[in-house]
Amino acid sequence: MSHEVTKTISEINARIKSGQAVVVTAREMTDIVRAKGKVKAAREVDVVTTGTFSPMCSSGMLFNFGQEPPVMRASKVRLNNVQCHAGLAAVDAYLGCTEPRRDDPLNKVHPGTFKYGGGHVIEDLLRGKAVRLWCESYVTDCYPRAALEKDITLAGLKTAMLLNPRNCYQNYNVAVNLTSRIIYTYMGPLKPGAKNANFATAGALSPLFNDPYFRTIGLGTKIFLGGAVGYVLGAGTQHDPKPKRTERGLPLSAAGTLMVRGDLKGMNPRYVRGVSILGYGCSLAVGVGIPIPILNEDMAFFTGVSDADILMPVKDYGHDYPQGIPRVLGHVTYEELLSGRVVVNGSETAAVPLTSLSMSLEVAQKLKEWIEKGEFTLTEAQERIVSE
Amino acid sequence: MESESKYKKIVYLTFPPDVSNKPVVCNLTRLYDLCFNILKAQITPRQDGHMTIEIFGDPQAFEDAMSYLKEHRVKVHPITQKISRDEQTCVHCGMCTALCPTRALAVDTVTRLVVFDPDKCSACGICTNVCPVKAMEVFPENGNH
Ligand code: SF4
Ligand code: SF4
Repeated sequence: MSHEVTKTISEINARIKSGQAVVVTAREMTDIVRAKGKVKAAREVDVVTTGTFSPMCSSGMLFNFGQEPPVMRASKVRLNNVQCHAGLAAVDAYLGCTEPRRDDPLNKVHPGTFKYGGGHVIEDLLRGKAVRLWCESYVTDCYPRAALEKDITLAGLKTAMLLNPRNCYQNYNVAVNLTSRIIYTYMGPLKPGAKNANFATAGALSPLFNDPYFRTIGLGTKIFLGGAVGYVLGAGTQHDPKPKRTERGLPLSAAGTLMVRGDLKGMNPRYVRGVSILGYGCSLAVGVGIPIPILNEDMAFFTGVSDADILMPVKDYGHDYPQGIPRVLGHVTYEELLSGRVVVNGSETAAVPLTSLSMSLEVAQKLKEWIEKGEFTLTEAQERIVSE
Repeated sequence: MESESKYKKIVYLTFPPDVSNKPVVCNLTRLYDLCFNILKAQITPRQDGHMTIEIFGDPQAFEDAMSYLKEHRVKVHPITQKISRDEQTCVHCGMCTALCPTRALAVDTVTRLVVFDPDKCSACGICTNVCPVKAMEVFPENGNH
C-alpha cells in the first residue's frame, strides 16, 4: 500500500537529535488530526506520546541480592515478610506485586484491607527504605549456607528490574454489579443493582488505543516505564491477537497486552505505587508511556483516536464474571464514561474512574519532554506482535 | 430563599444520656426553620447519643441553633478536622468516589482531578479503606467511634 507521507524511524531520530522533531501528546494529536486531516497531521507531527497510570496486577520485580560468603542457593525468599518466587538460580528471585504479607488476615474479615504486599515492597525500595530480606535453603557442597537474614536497599541490590508479564491492556471491561449486595472486586467496590459502573484505562491517551494493530509497538520498543527507560519484550500474557473491532480498528474487548521490562534503579516512586484494593488484594500502579512514530498517514489516523471512538464492554461482576460467563451487557463510549453518567440496562448509573487521567497525562507529557530535549530516541521493533 | 438554602454544614453532635431522648434536633426545624439530614446516628449502651447531621438554612439561624443545642448540653463538634486527604499521596484515580455517600469526594469532569470538599464530608470513614494508596486519613481525637 502506498502512502502520501512516509518517514522512517531513523529520519525521526535524526530530527530528535537535532532538536527539530515535532512531538505532541495523544491528547493534542486528537485535535490536530480533527482540524487538519491525517495527511497534513502526518507531515507535521513526528512522534505522538501516550501514557497510562493504573494498577497493573501482572507486575513484579526480578532481583539478585548478591552473596554473603559462605555462599547460598536460596529456596525460600521473603522481603518484609512477603513471599518471593525463589525457584531460580542461587540468589535470584521474583517478587510479584499481588503477593500479600504472610501474616495478612486476607479476607477473613470481609472486605480485607490488604495493607502491605509485593507492590508496597517495590515502592519502599524505590523510596530508599531498607527492606528485610529473609532466606532459607537446603545445603549443597557448592552452596553451604542454609540461612540469611539482613536489611537490603535498592542501591545495594546487584540487579533489580521491573519485569511485568502483562501490562497496558488495550481496552477493558466496565464493571457493574447486578446482584443485591455490595461486592468488592479488583475493579473497586460495586454497589448492588448496578448503582455504579467502574472503568479503567486512560482512553485516547492510552498506548494501545493509539496503535491498535501494533504496527509500531513490538519487541524492542523503547518506552517510559515507571519514570525511567524501559522496553517492550513482546506480547503480554493473555494477549488476544484477533478481537472484534470497531470500523476504525479499535478492539471491543480487553484485547492486546504488553510484557515490559525496565531497570528499577532509575525509576521514580511517583510512577510506581503499591496499592491495596479493598476486599481484593495488593497490586502495583505503574506509569507506562509509549512513543508512537508517525511513519505515515495511517499512524496519524490511528493516533487521532478520540474518547468518543472508544467503545468499552459493560460486564456484570456480581454473577457473570465470577462464574466465567462472558456476557456483555452493552457497550458505552469512554467519552460517556468520563461524563460521570452512563446508561446500563436501560437506567442511568454513576461512572467511576479507577485510572488516574491526570497522572496518565503527566506520563505522556514527561515522555514528550524527554524526546523534545533529545534525551530519548525511538527504537525499531525487532519482532512484531501479532494483531489483526 | 435560594441563597439561604445554599448554606450547608455538617456537624457531629454528642448528647448526654438525659438529653438523648428529647426532641432537640426536631427543634432545629421548628424553632429555627432549618432543614437537616441525619447521616449517622447511634445511642451507646450508656445512653449517650451520637449524631452526624447535615444542616441547611440561613447562616444566622444556624448559629442560633448551635447556641440552642449547647444550652441543652449537646456538644457540637465541627466535622472538618476528622477526615483529611494527604495531597502528596492522592493520585486522583477516583476509586473513592464510588462509595462516598455525600459526594464530598467527586471527580471534576473538566480537570479530571478528584476534589475533596471537607464541608460536605460526614466523616463516615468509608474512603479511608477504599482509597488504594491510603490518602484519606482519619483523626480520631474527636470521638465518633
Ligand atoms: S481513591 Fe485515594 S488516591 Fe484515588 S482519588 Fe480518592 S483519595 Fe485520591
Ligand atoms: S469520610 Fe470519606 S467517604 Fe465519608 S463522607 Fe467523608 S469523604 Fe466521603
